[in-house]
Amino acid sequence: MKMELIQPFINAADAVLAQGLQSPTSIGNLSMDEEAYRRKGVAALISVTGDIEGRIIFDLDPATAVRVASRFAASELPESDDLVRETVCELANQVTGNAITALNDQGFHFRVHPPVLHTSEHGSKSSEDTEALVICFETASGNVFMNIALRYNRRRQGELAAAAKH
Amino acid sequence: MEQFSPVKRSKDGQPVRYLVVDDSVFARKNLARMIETFGGQLAGEAGDGMTAITEYERTHPDIVLMDITMPQMEGIEAAEKIVRQHPEARIVMVSSVGYQENIVAALQRGARHFVQKPVKPEVLYEVIKYVLGEDGTVAAGAGA
Repeated sequence: MKMELIQPFINAADAVLAQGLQSPTSIGNLSMDEEAYRRKGVAALISVTGDIEGRIIFDLDPATAVRVASRFAASELPESDDLVRETVCELANQVTGNAITALNDQGFHFRVHPPVLHTSEHGSKSSEDTEALVICFETASGNVFMNIALRYNRRRQGELAAAAKH
Repeated sequence: MEQFSPVKRSKDGQPVRYLVVDDSVFARKNLARMIETFGGQLAGEAGDGMTAITEYERTHPDIVLMDITMPQMEGIEAAEKIVRQHPEARIVMVSSVGYQENIVAALQRGARHFVQKPVKPEVLYEVIKYVLGEDGTVAAGAGA
């Protein structure tokens, strides 16, 4: 997975988290996830299709999810509140949307699907062409994990290459 | 949250009425809070494009704040259907996906403006004043 795909997501996450939490964020650990995705707490998944395909998961442990959602909502939310899960979904939506906007300006075309809560404990194992990158954002409210698995759409790449030859 | 000078309807001095359309409850609540700080009134809410159309018919709001990526019917299609029936409808698209093609498509199909998420209250406030034009007036009161 190339950094040209990842960097817009990092920039977008940094900007959205900083605005929503009203405090700066920093990137902590960055690692490749070779094993199957294992959910940490409240997780929202967004699929993208088009020139680049794959999924982005935002994952927060339950206590962090409550703190982040409370900051975004500007009121204290209980852990059981649906709004906590809603906020994590909207966080994923805003970050992905902003990143996709930047990538679109570079010539990539996508369709973003509405966020869904990732409720199973595990996800599918990453493969050679859909390796997952996990980025940890350290915030005053706790760590926010962004797990990205994207790949170039080979059929679309083939079409572009063929068009370039003619 | 920051307070703004209330924006009222010019014709009767009443609060501007808004229909908020977004599949995210969080996003709807967030926009509703902003509307309150603008001195507006929430006329209705919808979580998808289909419901947005029926809610528009029911509430006849002054302004619709419409998300784009939603289940069942997306925001641009819903905006087009509303404007076809009600050319006077003022629809502002509010989406995190803000690339040019999306904005142009929305404007071509009847939306009046576009605001990218995360929404900054001061940006939305200015857009609302612009979209209302002479049909809106900024009342003296709470200063920004």
